[in-house]
Formats: sequence, C-alpha cells, structure tokens
Amino acid sequence: MSRPETEAALAEMIAGANAPFHIRGGGTRGIGAPVAGALLETSALRGVTLYEPGALTLVVKAGTPVAEIEETLAAEGQRLAFEPMDHRGLLGTEGTPTIGGVVAANASGPRRIQAGACRDFMLGVRFVDGMGQILKNGGRVMKNVTGYDLVKLMTGSWGTLGVLTEVSLKVLPKPETMATLRLRGLATGDAVTAMARALGSPYEITGAAHLPSAPEGAETLLRIEGFEQSVTYRADALRGLFAGMEVEVDRDPDTVAQTWAEIRDVAPMQGATGDVWRISCKPSDAPALTHAMGASDLVMDWGGGLVWALVEEGTDLRSRLGTFDGHATLVRGSEALRRSLPVFQPEPAPLATLSAGLRARFDPRGFLNPGLLA
Amino acid sequence: MEMPVPNADILSRKDRIVALLRSVLPADAVISEEAETRAYECDALTAYKCPPLAVVLPASTQEVADVLKLCHAEGVPVVPRGSGTSLAGGALPTADSVILGVARMNEVLDTDYDNRVIRVQTGRTNLSVTGAVEERDFFYAPDPSSQLACAIAGNIAMNSGGAHCLKYGVTTNNLMGVTLVQMDGTIVEIGGAHLDAAGYDLLGLICGSEGQLGVVTEATLRILRKPEGARPVLIGFNSNEVAGACVSDIIKAGILPVAIEFMDAPCIRATEDFAKAGYPDCEALLIVEVEGSPAEIDEQLAVITRIARNHDPVELREAKDADEAARIWLGRKSAFGAMGSINDYMCLDGTIPVSELPYVLRRISEMSKEFGLDVANVFHAGDGNMHPLILFDANKPGDLETCEALGAEILKLCVEVGGCLTGEHGVGIEKRDLMYDQYAAGDLEIQMAVKDVFDPKWLLNPAKVFPLAASQDRRSVALAAE
Repeated sequence: MSRPETEAALAEMIAGANAPFHIRGGGTRGIGAPVAGALLETSALRGVTLYEPGALTLVVKAGTPVAEIEETLAAEGQRLAFEPMDHRGLLGTEGTPTIGGVVAANASGPRRIQAGACRDFMLGVRFVDGMGQILKNGGRVMKNVTGYDLVKLMTGSWGTLGVLTEVSLKVLPKPETMATLRLRGLATGDAVTAMARALGSPYEITGAAHLPSAPEGAETLLRIEGFEQSVTYRADALRGLFAGMEVEVDRDPDTVAQTWAEIRDVAPMQGATGDVWRISCKPSDAPALTHAMGASDLVMDWGGGLVWALVEEGTDLRSRLGTFDGHATLVRGSEALRRSLPVFQPEPAPLATLSAGLRARFDPRGFLNPGLLA
Repeated sequence: MEMPVPNADILSRKDRIVALLRSVLPADAVISEEAETRAYECDALTAYKCPPLAVVLPASTQEVADVLKLCHAEGVPVVPRGSGTSLAGGALPTADSVILGVARMNEVLDTDYDNRVIRVQTGRTNLSVTGAVEERDFFYAPDPSSQLACAIAGNIAMNSGGAHCLKYGVTTNNLMGVTLVQMDGTIVEIGGAHLDAAGYDLLGLICGSEGQLGVVTEATLRILRKPEGARPVLIGFNSNEVAGACVSDIIKAGILPVAIEFMDAPCIRATEDFAKAGYPDCEALLIVEVEGSPAEIDEQLAVITRIARNHDPVELREAKDADEAARIWLGRKSAFGAMGSINDYMCLDGTIPVSELPYVLRRISEMSKEFGLDVANVFHAGDGNMHPLILFDANKPGDLETCEALGAEILKLCVEVGGCLTGEHGVGIEKRDLMYDQYAAGDLEIQMAVKDVFDPKWLLNPAKVFPLAASQDRRSVALAAE
C-alpha cells in the first residue's frame, strides 16, 4: 500500500505507474464493485490549509479526518451543514473517515433536504488525474461561475476521475438549539403526507424521517433548529399544523443530536443480517416503492425521498422496483453480489456514453478505481 | 473584443441552410432576413453586436433536436439564447451561426407541491416560475436582478445567482433535473423529482456551462415555501474596513441573513441624487435582511443591531413595517438605474473572499484614479460577489477601451486575493481572455476536454468561455472536417 505525503509525490506516483490503483481515504466506505489495483491511501495528505469563520470557508487537505474538521469548526460555533454520514456502523468497517472520502461519495445526511448535499457546499477542488497531472477547479469563494463546474463533477465520482488532494467547503453556523417533534403510529403513506405538510410549511424543517419499525412502533420525526425563541415558536406552529394528533417535542439538544445521528448512520440496520440498499426517489412515490421492496426493515429520510431497505442477502432489489423517478444503490452486499449486480443504478445508453467519455478524458489509462462504478 | 473570422463556406451556404431549417420548423419559426435577425445581434452586453446567419425559435424539445441534428450535419455553429439578458456576451452570435432561441417554450409542465418541485420549459422567465406557485405561497429562490426578463434556460447556462443566495444558494443548488438536447440531436434526461441524480453529477456540470454542452429544454426546479415575513436593517459606517468587519461579525454570530448588500460612497451619493431614498451621507452602507415570523425577525435583528453598535455606526435604521422596508431597499434597487442616468457603465462581477473586502475596495479606488474613470461599488457582501460599476462615456473615443482595461485589472485583483473572475454573470466573451489569470493551461485543457465529450465538433457556442487561442485548434478541426 502507498500513502503519499504530498500532492507532488502522489502525482509522480500516478504519472509513473503502469498498473491500476484502488484509491481510498480512510477505507471506511467500501461501496462499489470490487476494484483490482494497488491500494493507494490519501490519509497522509492532511491538515487545514485555511479556515475563515467570518467568510464561512474551510480549505482542507483531502486526507484530513472528518472528526478533526468537526472539532475545528465546533471551536468557532460552526459545522458541516450537510451532515456527512459515517458509514462504519452500517458497513462494519474500521478506520478513520476522511473529508476526501466524504466528497468522493457525496455523503450527505438528513439535513440534505433543507441545506443541500455535500456537492452544494463544495467550493473548490485540487486533484490528480489519471495521467498524474495536478489540476484545480473552483476556488474558495461562494459564488463562482468561472469556467465549467468540475467541482460538482468530482464530488460523488468515487475516485474514478481523479484523486482528490484538497477541497474547499462552505461551512455554516451551528444553531443555538434544536428540537425533534415525534408523531407515533403513522402508516407509511400518512407519514409521507405528514412530512410533506411540514416540509411545505414556512417553519424550516431540517430533518424529516420515518421509522416504520421503531422498537415502540412507527415514529415520524421532524427536526427544527435555530435560536431558542424561534425553535419554540416553530415547534408550537407545527403542533398547530398537526392539530388533533399527538406530537411529542424533545428539546434536549443531546438526545436530538443522537436521534438524528442514528438516522444519518442508519443505526437500525447496523449489525442486522441482510443486504442494504439505498433508494433516492420522489417522496410521494415512496409508499408504493417501499411496499414493492419486501424489505425486512426500512429507514426513510428526506421526507420519504431517501429509503434505506434491509433485504434478504442476494436480492436484486431493482427488479422489484421497475422503472421509477430515482435510483437504487447496493450499499451493503457480499463481494460476489457486488460482482454480479451493478452496485450503482445502470445509466441509459446516452448517459453511459457521456460518463464513459468523461472517464476516458480524466483517466485515459483506466488506472483510477477501474470498474468501481460498473 | 476579438471574435473568430466567420466561416466563408457557411456564409455561402446560407440559402441551403435556411431552407433545411424551414424543412423541420414551421415557417414563422425561422428568421433569416437581416432586418429581422438584427433583433438578435447582441445580448445585454450591447457594446458587441453581430447579426447571426439565421434565428430559429423552436416550440418543442423535438424541434430543438431536429434543428441541432441538422446543424450538426451541416457543421453550422449554434448559439443558444434564453431571453438575451446576458451581461457577458453569452448569447452574442457570430455571422456564421444560428441563434437557437427557446423563448417560445415557456409552459409550466407540472406543479407538485407535495414534492416541492415544478417542471417548466426553459424559455419561461425566472419571475414567472415564482408567479406560477405564488398562489400557494411558494417561490423559486434564485433571483437574478434581471428576473423579470431572464429565462430559466439562461439561468441554467450561467448558473445565475441573485441577492438571496447566501441563504438559498444559486441555480445549481435549486436544479433537480433537465431534459438536455445534445448537439447531434440526442435527447437525454438527467435527474428528476428525486434528490442527487444517479451517476456522475452531470447536472452540476451542465449548470454554468454557458450553453456549450447542450440545449436544456425542460427543467425540474426546487420550490420552497415563502417565509412568513422579511425585514431589513440599514447600517451606515464611516469606513469600508469597519463595514467589512461588521459583515464578518454578523456571520460569525451564527446569523444567516437572506441578504447582506453593501454600497460604497460613490454609489450611495449617486443613488441618493437619483432615488432620494434618504440614505445617510457616509462611506459604506449595509442593508441586512432577515426572514421568519415577526418574533423571529425581532430576535435576529436584535443580534445584528447589537453587533452593529459595537462598530460605532453613523446610522442604524431598523424597518418597523413594510413601508420602511421598501424605503430601505429603494436606493439599492435603483442603484443600477442611478448609474445609468449619469453615464454609460460596465458592470463587473468578480468574487473575493469576504475578508479581503477593505483591501480590494482601497485598491479599486486607487486604480480608478490611475485610469481616470469613476468606479462605484454595490454588491452582495455576504458571499463576496462584487459588482464594481465602471463609469465611462461611450461617445468619447478611447473611453470604452480604457474602461475594459480597468475592468481587466480589477478582475485580476479579485483573482490575486483568492477570488474569481465571475460570480454569477458568466465568462461569455467578456472574460474569456482573462481565463489564464484564473487557471493554468492544464486546468483549462481538462475543461475543454469535457466539451469534447459533449460536443466533439465544437459547434455549440464555440467562441465563448475559453481564450480564442486556446480553443483555436478544436474549433478549426471541427470546421475543416466538413
């Protein structure tokens, strides 16, 4: 395994290579088809290059641990607003999640529905392409339309277009306080309707999840965040919206944080037997789709727009879903299954042509995580 | 500004090309008489003009595909156009190009409040998207100042922003799906009413690609519920440094205003003469707007005014009602008109790290003296997107050239302090030749390689974004192959 300590050393290594690499940050998100290649870790490229709290900007080397970044930001009362998921619990991996891994996976949590995904907070990238060239795109300012937005393209490209060496991110203030509102006993269809009502209200919901098989029966959860008085006002207003239903309000910031960390990391499926699929869909389609899944457990986030499904090992979930507005990813499954089933949603032919064309330009020799997206 | 020499062969084939276009479009959708094509000779960057070979106004995705397929086969460049409000020359034609205008495609296709999305044809104007969902108190967030006229197609091409993007983001953050027609006529669907389209983020790549990768005919946009209310506060300072420090402190305090607008002394004075908004005569003026219920607004404004007082403002005016709010915004909203009443002006769009604000304003003022042209600054301070307005006299020989030279120096300064050439207007032709100041050759090469994938013959809006010398080989190979 190689762990280059500088961007220049990394570039040299790739330029001089004559065989493919399996690239990873901290190795905690082993998602994708198995990759045959020499292990290349970016974890030695670490440290904060620049942090300006007053400008809400952070520039950091790709191998920097997420925990270290969160600590740095917390000291200034700020955070990564897209709430990146920690995959270790779900995938049973060890190691240290890095920011480069987060970006390569476009990993975003419950707040994605209101604040945006990782890609929405990405301001700039530096990376090494498949020929060993050091390239950059974007910068460290919040508005930038200077040339094509390769920052978005690199985000979520799973290391197949380049090896990230440095990323610039927009960060946001941490709210003064937060609350969880809990509705109990709703059937999936009613839960999605309730979440849509809350998300369509002016009360700035920053999380909307449904756990159909929570230990004490189905729970529908809504999160609000902000200044003390504002959270109180919105919690009351939302209770008014659901007049006639019992709404529990949790105002303890610690338990609220824990509740949403568990949803973010799909805690109910950690350690449970079976494969885990992740489905992004139109929220109002979720009731019918989840019905068709035949899952032994479900976690629904993003108002129903994100479904985590626990299914029997070896299941081809896509064949049960048919064509729908969205996509399904096999996040946890055996290596054999990940060889035989596409891990990521297969693309229609014209899009597959564009994707292959981009890969051929960024990595003409096919040395960067070859086959991972296949 | 240099544009490529028109291809004589294409010019000589005009009649044939127009006849072919007429064979796939209704008669009134093809314009070829020069008296009429002149209406399309420029966009809002009016210093540069050139009538196109022809103009087509298709009414459906299929018609767009038919036109592109035909132009692809004939090797004719195509310049896509929304409403023609680009400030960067994004829709400027060349004499050998066909303008493809999407203005006739302006329908709302689906309004879905449960999933908080709207599907529109992209010729629809920005403001009329909000207009379509206002009855249910929803809105479409990106709000470029041309929103009354500008089309969603152009917003997507330029990744347009607006005054409220500190909180709501720019176009790319509010775009969920598109129908894209490629230059060879292939129609592709990307994304939809779900979040984070599958595969590579092609949606993110297309947004802001200035019409060079394909023509977007339909778009799925995120719509949001309107906040219960909004109210601004006006804060005047006697120095740009202090105003800059105040912006930074507000952000650090955990407030995320929907807008923080900044005006400097030349802008305040010109605006005051023009609109009589009752602004204080000071060096720097901030308008900070927050949203929410009345109580939430009070809570946020209390924090903001406390911070502002620590910086010893010369004026602090909190809007108590809608009328006072309108008066605070009056001057800001009249700023461009005020400038236009004094002079011709060029509006720049560089973005800088907020921390560099005082230094950049000082340098701009020095450069303004050096070049002998006045510069007024009005901009979105929260996100560092500057809008220096250089005042010049178009009738005075040499003034436009001096203005462009000063503009280039100011943009280089933005890059030098860690910013960029353009925050929301786009590169177009205006900043094309400054791209080497922002990017190394390899960084531009990989961007051009992306265009190679989508448009191998470089027929879509070819003479934009990249320095002409850099794209020369690609453009001429495409034409030589005919």
